[in-house]
Amino acid sequence: MMTRQSPGPDPQKNVTPEGDLQVSGRHRNLSPAQVAAMEEKIRKIEFAISLVLRVGVILSVSVIAIGLGVMFYHHGDYTSITGHASYKTLTSRSTPFPHSLGQLRRSLVHGDGRGIVVLGVFLLILTPILRVAVGVVSFFYEKDVPMALVTLFVLVVLIASFFLAGL
Amino acid sequence: MTPLDFVVSLALISVAAGVLGSLVGLGGGVVIVPVLTIFYGVNIRLAIGASIVSVIATSSGAAAAYVRERMTNLRAGMFLEVATTTGALSGAYLATLLPERFLFAFFGVVLAYSSVITYRKRHEDQLLAVSNDRIANYFNLHGSYYDEAEGREITYKVSGTKLGLVLMYIAGLVSALLGIGSGALKVPAMDGAMHLPMKVSTATSNFMIGVTAAASAGVYFIRGQIDPIIAAPVAAGVLLGATFGARVLGRITSRTIRLLFVGVLVVISLEMLQKGLFP
Repeated sequence: MMTRQSPGPDPQKNVTPEGDLQVSGRHRNLSPAQVAAMEEKIRKIEFAISLVLRVGVILSVSVIAIGLGVMFYHHGDYTSITGHASYKTLTSRSTPFPHSLGQLRRSLVHGDGRGIVVLGVFLLILTPILRVAVGVVSFFYEKDVPMALVTLFVLVVLIASFFLAGL
Repeated sequence: MTPLDFVVSLALISVAAGVLGSLVGLGGGVVIVPVLTIFYGVNIRLAIGASIVSVIATSSGAAAAYVRERMTNLRAGMFLEVATTTGALSGAYLATLLPERFLFAFFGVVLAYSSVITYRKRHEDQLLAVSNDRIANYFNLHGSYYDEAEGREITYKVSGTKLGLVLMYIAGLVSALLGIGSGALKVPAMDGAMHLPMKVSTATSNFMIGVTAAASAGVYFIRGQIDPIIAAPVAAGVLLGATFGARVLGRITSRTIRLLFVGVLVVISLEMLQKGLFP
């Protein structure tokens, strides 16, 4: 994905139809053997990223589903198709749900379904951040320093956003 | 409507939202916010919190499917994220300074304009063979992908990075301020200003919106806008839908994607104008 578009593995992309190297920031002349080695690395990185994403997504959906299950198990009246229980009481602003890490911890200790759902949502929020983190590592691995620094900056801003929010 | 009906029906709507959101690169929030506020009568603040969750779900769900198809230009996406995340971070703290009605009206007009522009050049991607953009060349943001609908490899060059960065900063700002509209500015910025192919633009936007939304997710969580009973069906449904949407994107022509995008953009801009002018 990101890596296939990098300059290293595909020197043709820097070449104009006339065969001249284009005026680009950096050039790297790699032998066919080096290109093959690079592509092998890139395949591994791609596999790692896709694995991280899939595991993250599946894990968060599973945790959310368990949370919903626990919530419905504890509140039998929620599960009827028709009845007096209304979703409006649950979505109204007065219904409490965890919205700080401390509350989340407490609600998880009590085995509260809502807390488990919030944990699953948290895992989902972490997947893009994890993806950026994997990006930093793989750009450094490819020795693409400018892109690695750009990605690192994005990661720092992301982490800062959670601290600034007061988490 | 009992809680179970609510969860099941919202999950089904979310699947549709995920399919549409991943195809046009806007995320599921486009469908989720109006459905929650109008159909279910949920408070707008909670609907925006659910929208943030749905945007991240679209992004991660689609990404898991795109990985082997090279549709996403991750270099360009990551580069532009510098502006978007900075915008999102500053937006979260500007929220109290700027009047929301003015913002809605202003971006309603901006999006209406960009939908007209996108519609007028709906017929083909305006790809460049050579780029003189020094930033794009330095970071080597150019790329190529295999287009299943056209049955050939498409190579493209990126230009207009400075204008792109400015638009992306604004997109991040809007995302944090209004909770919607981030992809609606990102796709025209990449497709129009930076000459990326339409499908690459929506796929890259899909990647970016997740990262941008993550940058404001912490603030939404602390403010208590992420309600688990709304977030749970939305996250699960959108993830499923986005995975499916991302799989079919390759087979659909750029023209269809662009028309779909224009349709969604018109709806969003009308929604924003309504919120700005007749709240």
